[in-house]
Parts: sequence; structure tokens; C-alpha cells
Amino acid sequence: MAQMMAEGKKPEVLFWVGCAGSFDDRAKKITKAMVKLLNAAEVSFAVLGTEESCSGDPAKRAGNEFLFQMQAMQNIQVMNAYEVTKVVTTCPHCFNTLKNEYPELGGKYEIFHHTQFLQNLMNAGKIKVEGGKFAGRRITFHDPCYLGRANGEYEAPRALLTKLDAELHEMGRSKARGLCCGAGGAQMFKEAEKGDKEINIERTEEALELKPDIIAAGCPFCNTMMTDGVKNKEQEASVQVKDIAELIAEAQDL
Amino acid sequence: MSIGVSNAIFALVLIGASVLFYRNLSRIRRNILLGRDLDRTDNKPERWKTMARVALGQSKMVTRPIAGFMHILIYVGFVIINIEVLEIVLDGLFGAHRVFSGFLGSAYQSFINFFEFLGVLVLFSCIVFLLRRNVQRLARFHKPEMKGWPTSDANYILIFEIILMFALLFMNASDGLLMSMSVADLSSAGLDKYNTGINGGFFFSSFLNPLLPSDAASLQMVERGAWWFHIVGILGFMNYLPYSKHFHILLAFPNTWYSNLKEKGSFNNLESVKKEVELMMDPTADPFSAPAPAEGEVPQSFGAKDVKDLSWKQLMDSYSCTECGRCTSECPANQTGKLLSPRKIMMDTRDRLEEVGKCIDKNGADHDDGKSLLHDYITPEELWACTTCNACVEACPVNIDPLSIIVDLRRFMVMEESAAPAELNGMFTNIENNAAPWQFAQADRLNWVEED
Repeated sequence: MAQMMAEGKKPEVLFWVGCAGSFDDRAKKITKAMVKLLNAAEVSFAVLGTEESCSGDPAKRAGNEFLFQMQAMQNIQVMNAYEVTKVVTTCPHCFNTLKNEYPELGGKYEIFHHTQFLQNLMNAGKIKVEGGKFAGRRITFHDPCYLGRANGEYEAPRALLTKLDAELHEMGRSKARGLCCGAGGAQMFKEAEKGDKEINIERTEEALELKPDIIAAGCPFCNTMMTDGVKNKEQEASVQVKDIAELIAEAQDL
Repeated sequence: MSIGVSNAIFALVLIGASVLFYRNLSRIRRNILLGRDLDRTDNKPERWKTMARVALGQSKMVTRPIAGFMHILIYVGFVIINIEVLEIVLDGLFGAHRVFSGFLGSAYQSFINFFEFLGVLVLFSCIVFLLRRNVQRLARFHKPEMKGWPTSDANYILIFEIILMFALLFMNASDGLLMSMSVADLSSAGLDKYNTGINGGFFFSSFLNPLLPSDAASLQMVERGAWWFHIVGILGFMNYLPYSKHFHILLAFPNTWYSNLKEKGSFNNLESVKKEVELMMDPTADPFSAPAPAEGEVPQSFGAKDVKDLSWKQLMDSYSCTECGRCTSECPANQTGKLLSPRKIMMDTRDRLEEVGKCIDKNGADHDDGKSLLHDYITPEELWACTTCNACVEACPVNIDPLSIIVDLRRFMVMEESAAPAELNGMFTNIENNAAPWQFAQADRLNWVEED
């Protein structure tokens, strides 16, 4: 972003990479797939790079409102300085926080989850989603809580997956009744409380009942939880956990 | 039509029950208003629509089709049968008999038949609901928080409704037989009042005829007995509501009107924190020049420790809860054996609020009983099990928001008690120091570009 500003250019959209997308080895692959898609669609975009900070989501859900607002105000200062108007992110937690909680603190931007942004690109004919590669393969989509219930977006990811010509199978608990992967509310960063089962195992078992080839995710944390679940069930040889951006990039041989 | 002693007694009973009910409502209103201020009066058209859809239209009940459908039967029955209750009240006050039959003429019989039909459906649904709770023993009705009073409360309500419906049917059956007697027979028994021009013929209640006596005097005793039992029962039930989970039949309406209309993922930004953070971030700020707090003003705590730290809407939520347990059965933490149950959060909030209310009645508003919602009712282990996934909020048929209470209690633990789990403290430190929840340097944020 700093570089583009220095060159006097103004990108159309800011790609908010997020902490997982920047540091987590698995999530970095999602980030790269997204970059490939943005480039393929010739979208003028920038990232904040080292000027990006945690959105504050895990702090806020854990109850640390101070830390959240500190993070939010720093990020808002940076984005306002760059006159950001549109943001796309591959993380539903960043998406939710920026979209719903930043405006009151002075950060008003148009925020897209990457599945929404990709759906728009597809509808505008800027990316073609063709599913030759995925024809006949069984895919089930795990709704991220912070995209689905939290923001009512159930259709964008499904619209993209439908274009892959794959067989889309819904889990019993999907859309508004989708079961959490277990990572939300800062659970990602702590051991679960005492119980008789891990939530990600419960969810993975539900997905595996459908005998999918691919479990599609739209969130780097869900991705980790489902990947761990599949490994726990020793199914990683036959079942892949993939972000929708990765599936679409793969379909186009990007 | 002649007003006699029985009408005077009825008027006294009616006035007494109404005064008692008013006092109960005032008590609950006072308790709810112990909560913090919150403005939920914006966007009124949307609020009316939400109430019409969710409370009046029961849109969220039918997510579970069997319970949803039978609940609608009871609900419709309850609302429509109240028209007959209105007639009973008017008869009781003015000594008339079936006062609406005068206006409705021959249509009256169809109306009563329709009411009876609804009554039978209510009866059927209540019996099925009793069986679901006590024979089929659905898991969500037998969670730990349901032990004791909550289970009895639910059964009392269903049994009471069954008894009331039987009273109504017995009343109609005996009345039907009386009204079909000849004018001469009624006259000789001194029961001219029952000569209404309607010849009985109430379809559903007539099945009870074989159980009834045949002479006019005994029939009249049954009819009067059932009449009094039914109306006094209803007035008693009305006054049972404020002590029961069944209060939801009233609060469902305001509670959905005052719903959170924002996206479910949007948690409120604490104003008290915002002031502090703005001060910290402003290089020109002079903390010493800040105006002193007004005399006697107590600074607001960060988050909630007790019911008074919650908003009035969160407290209204707790009185609106009918303990159906849909939230708990959808909760991922509860499904996997954790201690958290969103229904228990709501029940605890209401029980604690009742306790605070009683304490105020007894010792005055400033008395501190040394207890609090957090710790004495709800434990940190429950609160830390929540994934903030919003499944409970989505599931609630009357738009209760248990998640907001969980988060407010977490806020108190973290910001006032510094009592977050160690791993979360580590995460906080990382965000503070290197702007990510993990220990990676902010300078490395762009490294992914160079990696393969």
C-alpha cells in the first residue's frame, strides 16, 4: 500500500490478509490463492503489509475490549490515512470486525468476504469458474459462524462451489444451523474447557458421514480445525480441506 | 338479566385478581429497569415487522416442525378461546347467560363449536407435550439446570391447561343439555335463565354427555361449578404467570419488538472503554485537565459482574425465557459435554434478578447482599467454553441473546478481575507487543510474498 501511494496510484481494493493469512503456513496458501485470483481478474489491489495489525477480533470475543479498541483505532488510522474505501479479506473474523465494529470507531469502508468479492468478479465475467477438474467430486461446505449466522451470508460460497460442477452435499447442520468448528470466541488460542469431546471432531464426523472428497471452508481457523479433525480420523489421504479461493484457483490452473 | 350476590362476588374476585396481577407486573417492570440504559427505539417499522413475524407469526418455532406446530395450536387456541372468556366475564358481571348469543343468533353455535374444536386441539397438544417431557424424556428437558422447580413448573402449566380445557368442555356440555330442555321444564326448575333460544348441540363437548346427570338441578350445579372453576382458574393462572417461565406468553411481544436489529456478529463497543482509549491515543490529551466526575457519580464498571451491570434488555430477555432449551441443544459447547448451557445463563440471570428484587423489597435499594451473578451463579468455566458462534441466539424463538451476557461477564473477568485463562493472557500480550495473536514479528507480515 505504501509503495502504491508513493507511486501516486490508488488501488481499487485493499486486501486485508489477517494474522492467519500472514503467519499460518496453511492459511498463507489461501492468501496466495486469493492473490492469484485477484491478479487473474486484473483487480488493482494492495496489502498493508507490515502496517497491518490484528483486527482485534480474538481480544474482543475474549472480553478484552481495551485491547480490541486499541487495535481497531490503530488500524483505522492507517486505513483512513490511505483513504481506503473497499476491503476484501479471506478471514470471516476480520470481515465481521471491520464490517460491524469499526464503523462506530471511525472506520467506514465497504467490506467484502472473499467469497462475496469472488462472486462479484464471477458475475461480472472477470473470472471464469469452470469445474472440469472437479466434475463428479463430492464437496461439502462448512459454514463459518462469522460469515453465516453472524452476517447472514450463506449464498456467496455456495454460488461459487456450484460453478465447480462438483456434487455439493449439505451437512444436516448447515447454513443458519451450521455447527461451529470450535475455534471462535478466542477458543483457537486456548485449550477447550473440560468436556467429553472436541467440537472440531464432532463437526468433522458430521462432514465425513457424507463421504466427501473435499471439505470446503471459508475461514482459515475453520480450515485448521477441520484439517485437524480429518487427521484425527486418519482420513487425510482421501479427504482434503480446502478454502474456496484455493478450489477456484485450482480449477483455473492458477 | 339480574345482578345478584354471585355477580358481586365475581366482581370482587375479578378486581382482586387484576390488582394482584398489576402489582406483579409492576414488580417485574421495576426489576427489569434495574438494568443499564440502552436505546432500542430506532427503526420502528422494522421492529413492528420483527414482532409480527417472530412473536405473532411464530416464525422461529417451526424450525422444529412437531413442537412448532403443536405450539401454534396451543397459542391460537389460547388467543381465540379468550373471546369466550370475555363472554364469561361479561356474564359474570352482569348476570347474563351467554350474552353473545343475543348478538350472534344462529351463528353462535358455530362459534362455540369452533372454540371447542380449538380447545380439543389444545388438550391434545398439552397431552403430547406432557408425554414428550415425561415419557419420551427429550434430552433438552432433562439437563442439569432443569432439576426441581423448572421441571415441575413446566408440568404444572401443562396439567393446568388440560384441567382448564376440561372445565370449559364440561361447562359447555352441561349447559348444552340445560339449554335444550323445554321451556316448561326449565321454568319449573327455576332456571329460566337457560332459556336462551339455543338448543345446545355443541359438537365436541356433547361427547361428555354420558358422564352428566339428567335432572336440571344437578346439571345446573355442574354447569355453575365448571363455570366458576374455569374462570377462577384462568384468573389464578394469570397470577401464576409472573412466578413462572410461562410469563413468555406476554413478554414474547415486547422482547421481539426490542430485538437487536444489527448483524449478530456485531458486538457493542463499550463507550466507557472508548473514552479511555481515545485519551490514550490522543497525543495532545492532558489527563489532568479532564473534568472531574460529578458528585456521587459511580464510574461504570467494564463489563458486567451482576445483573445491574447488564442492560434492561438483557434482563427482559431473562424474564422472556420459557426454558425450552433450543439454545442449549444447538450450543456446540453443550453438545460436546462442556458445562456451558445458554439456557442456564438466562435462568441464572432471572433467578439472580429476582433475588436482587426481593433484597430491595426487604432491605432497600442500597443494600448489598454480597452476592453476584458472576461466580455465585455463573462460573468462569461455563463462560470460557463459549465459541461465540451465535447458535443460541439464532435458535431462540423469542430473540433472546444469551451471548451478549456471556461476553459482558467475560469483559468483567478480563478487564476488572484480570482473570483470563493463562493462554488467553498470552494471546493478549502477543497482540499488544507484535500485533498478532501469535509470537510473530510485525516486520515479518509480508514474508509470505517471498515464500513458495
